[in-house]
Amino acid sequence: MSDWISIGKLEDIPRQGARVVQTAAGEIAVFRAASDAVFALANRCPHKGGPLAEGIVFDHHVACPLHNWKISLESGEAVAPDKGCARRYTVRVEDGIVHLNVNS
Amino acid sequence: MKEKLVVIGNGMAGMRTVEELLKLGGDLYDITVFGAEPHGNYNRILLSPVLSGEMPFDDTLLNRPEWYAEHGITLHAGSKVTKIDRVRRQVVAADGLTVPYDRLLIATGSRPFILPVPGHDLPGVVGFRDIADVEVMLDAAQNHRHAVVIGGGLLGLEAAVGLVKRGMVVRVVHLADTLMERQLDSAAGQMLQRELESRGVEFLMGAKTREIIGRQRVQGVLFEDGREVSADLVVMAAGIRPDFELAKAAGIHCERGIVVNDTLQTYDPRIYAVGECAQHRGQTYGLVAPLFEQAKVCANHLAKFGISRYVGSVTSTKLKVSGVDVFSAGDFLGGPESEQIVYRDPGAGIYKKVVLKDNRIQGAVLYGNTLDGAWYFQLMREGTDVAAFRDSLMFGQAHLGDAGHGQHSPVALMADSAEVCGCNGVTKGTIVNLIRSKGLFTLDEVRAHTKASASCGGCTGLVEQILASVVGSDAAPADQQKPLCPCTEHSHDAAREAIRTQHLTSIEQTMRTLEWRTPDGCPTCRPALNYYLISTWPTEARDDDRSRFVNERLHANIQKDRSYTVVPRIWGGVTTPEELRAIADAAEKYAVPMVKITGGQRIDLVGVQKEQLPAMWADLNAAGLVSGHAYGKALRTVKTCIGSQFCRFGTQDSVQMGVDLEKFSWGSWTPHKFKMAVSGCPRNCAEATIKDFGVVAVDSGWELHVGGNGGVKVRVTDLLCRVKTAEEVLEYCGAFMQIYREQARYLERTAPWIERVGLDYVKKQMVDDAASRAVLYQRFVESQRIAQNDPWAEHTTDARRGEFEPMIKIDVGRVSAA
Ligand SMILES: Cc1cc2nc3c(=O)[nH]c(=O)nc-3n(C[C@H](O)[C@H](O)[C@H](O)COP(=O)(O)OP(=O)(O)OC[C@H]3O[C@@H](n4cnc5c(N)ncnc54)[C@H](O)[C@@H]3O)c2cc1C
Ligand code: HEM
Ligand code: SF4
Ligand code: FES
Repeated sequence: MSDWISIGKLEDIPRQGARVVQTAAGEIAVFRAASDAVFALANRCPHKGGPLAEGIVFDHHVACPLHNWKISLESGEAVAPDKGCARRYTVRVEDGIVHLNVNS
Repeated sequence: MKEKLVVIGNGMAGMRTVEELLKLGGDLYDITVFGAEPHGNYNRILLSPVLSGEMPFDDTLLNRPEWYAEHGITLHAGSKVTKIDRVRRQVVAADGLTVPYDRLLIATGSRPFILPVPGHDLPGVVGFRDIADVEVMLDAAQNHRHAVVIGGGLLGLEAAVGLVKRGMVVRVVHLADTLMERQLDSAAGQMLQRELESRGVEFLMGAKTREIIGRQRVQGVLFEDGREVSADLVVMAAGIRPDFELAKAAGIHCERGIVVNDTLQTYDPRIYAVGECAQHRGQTYGLVAPLFEQAKVCANHLAKFGISRYVGSVTSTKLKVSGVDVFSAGDFLGGPESEQIVYRDPGAGIYKKVVLKDNRIQGAVLYGNTLDGAWYFQLMREGTDVAAFRDSLMFGQAHLGDAGHGQHSPVALMADSAEVCGCNGVTKGTIVNLIRSKGLFTLDEVRAHTKASASCGGCTGLVEQILASVVGSDAAPADQQKPLCPCTEHSHDAAREAIRTQHLTSIEQTMRTLEWRTPDGCPTCRPALNYYLISTWPTEARDDDRSRFVNERLHANIQKDRSYTVVPRIWGGVTTPEELRAIADAAEKYAVPMVKITGGQRIDLVGVQKEQLPAMWADLNAAGLVSGHAYGKALRTVKTCIGSQFCRFGTQDSVQMGVDLEKFSWGSWTPHKFKMAVSGCPRNCAEATIKDFGVVAVDSGWELHVGGNGGVKVRVTDLLCRVKTAEEVLEYCGAFMQIYREQARYLERTAPWIERVGLDYVKKQMVDDAASRAVLYQRFVESQRIAQNDPWAEHTTDARRGEFEPMIKIDVGRVSAA
């Protein structure tokens, strides 16, 4: 079985923003940076579970809306001195369609 | 292949530059560092407590050898560079080691100035510069008795006190008539001398050294006037000389230091210089704060951002002798143009002098109590007009507290267990420990590691004072003239000024024009710029919802469980049975977990899920209810008392006034939240005197109060003026909000803003000057034309509802479009 699922069009995700994908395993936040690079992380901040999809996206980072931890979109890691990691998922964009690997 | 960066000098400025560079672009260079001293990098200013025995040397280490290895930096400790070969672009060390460079950073610091008198090279004569000097002094203290310190400046006095503590008999020889004459006036200098004498230091003032006598080692010092004293140790602390021999020999232009431009480049553009060895705009520095500023700029250029500039520093000094508090900054002597305010309490050993010109601080000397040093220094750097609190200036910042919004208890008196930052539960002890153990220097670093003052910012002043008291004058005072955030060199005021004068209307354009260092800013600067843009160009700038904090983007307050609170506007706190029914219906229909009455006379619907928001708003809209902006840096609520319609004491119709004010001002975005209240008589049941704009009815009209707030630090309003008619209340309200909107910095509430600029300043623009008031009012009205749209209505259209839903719902493996 292929793990890749197409979740929608790139333009459905606002630039410098995110949309949520609901899965049986919980929410996944799919981010689109200003550069159009796309990333996916579990929609739970490693600090106290804040919804990362609602944070301010800047460069390849997102600031959690609850207490402003900065999380790297590339690695899911909190920026030092904070420590913690949000689970990362692989995504790719083909012909303007975003594909997500929920099992990655 | 990576370019090669070679650093000469493993001291404070050189390593700070490397650290800044690593932060910006870690792997741009292969870095090699040469240091003549056989150690990692240590905090030179802490040599004084090492000498006096208050701190072990180990605690002064900033970067250990392992740190260099971890960061892939090659360190040649104990290796002195003897030649820079600019033709082959390589440096040569004393042991013959040759390393090529693409860029070179010279940070060789300075050397103690050794008086060229006969005998200056005898064993037992030292400078006070590095740990080797300290070791010589400690050795002398163990085996000998008499010490002479030449020079009664900062360094000499710290050395003298340290040696006394180590058991030596110490005489300080000083050429001038008062100690530290470059930092202190004669009154403070004399107090200092008496204090040090009481601790056992002897002074020989106005004495000029002729010769140092001795055979195998120093035995005494002979003066021009024939006096002679015996000495087993002579510490030369008569000044420092920038160390630029190496650069000069390589043909790089030097005057009193290595001459650099605003980007810290020498005349050879591949070669940079920072620290005490550099001369910038004719100035050399001998304190760490300016060197750190230079390091930042230099790193920025090495990292090839190429945008920031160093324009020189204003410095302040503090003597690090425990129990003796001396502070000095700026022009502390004053001239015929300036005025001086002096406060003396000889009994308590306190002397303070502030030099003013046109009501702005030019300089200050504090002796005995230096708690307010940081405050005066900040007022001085910001050029704040102190007219409004000139009377109490000398009593310090804490004294302002009597007027309402003042500060805290003196930090020195605070217990370690006292909570400093209520938001993050951080105690003084925690902060002090982390500053010490992690070697923190700046407010930003303390924030990052302790979280103190990282949230509401209310304790910033206190944290700064703690920082200053722990690390001394090298702590960089956080001042709003500092860059807005690490993405830029521009301050809040400078960024807004550029937006206004250069007619910038979008975030991208602003960042491009002002040469932002990051591609699209950060969560600190983007919301600030967005605010400055929409408040400066209300009809032109587009409100960027991507630069809005979630509450302002989703028009609801996020809660810790990711649910939201919906707060409908209730004009002046007056509602109707129909509205209440609609609210109750919505609460039931959407199964709202809690319905709560707020302090601002509104109803909170707490615990709504994001997906429910548009439908719920549509229902509330249908009943005529609109968004209450309880989530925004915006006009929040106008609270009212019952007033003359019903109250037996009421003198005016406070309810109607409140409704009118709210209808007039709702929808406006402000630097921070803005609250109002109207009371119908001086009994003031609506608590109007702790609001940003408070209206209290009196028989003859209305009293207008400004700059109050509840919350962490309660501040009672200042009386702005009295007016007669309701129309005037609206006009003054609009004008006041507009000044605040245009002039306060983003996230600065009216209370601290008024404290900063002074009530008189506000009065001048809107009370004394009717024409100016009318213009301000007009601008407010104009911007309201655009701003008064119900955000709920905008978001309940079909096109926008989708944003509140998940993109798709997946049962892992099976896909069903939502
Ligand atoms: C005892 C003492 C107390 C002080 N107290 C304070 C204070 O309270 N507040 C304050 O702001 N400032 C204070 N200062 C001043 C502060 O320490 C200096 O301003 C700062 O250290 C200068 O930094 P720098 O990098 O320019 O020079 P340094 O820190 O001196 O670094 C220069 C380094 O370069 C090395 N070097 C030189 N030539 C070569 C070469 N050819 N090859 C290889 N390496 C070389 C030197 O050995 C040295 O390690 C104090 C200084 C001293 C000595
Ligand atoms: C982003 C952070 C904040 C949000 C979203 C928020 C939201 C609210 C809301 C919804 C209310 C009640 C409704 C209203 O009066 O309109 C309220 C009231 C209040 N808030 Fe906050 N608040 C925040 C931060 C603060 C802070 C930092 C302080 C203190 C400095 C503060 C002090 C108060 C006070 C004193 C009241 C009662 C106001 C009154 O009586 O009018 N709030 N706040
Ligand atoms: S403030 Fe005065 S008018 Fe208003 S309710 Fe209180 S007593 Fe009545
Ligand atoms: S939950 Fe994300 S910062 Fe606290």
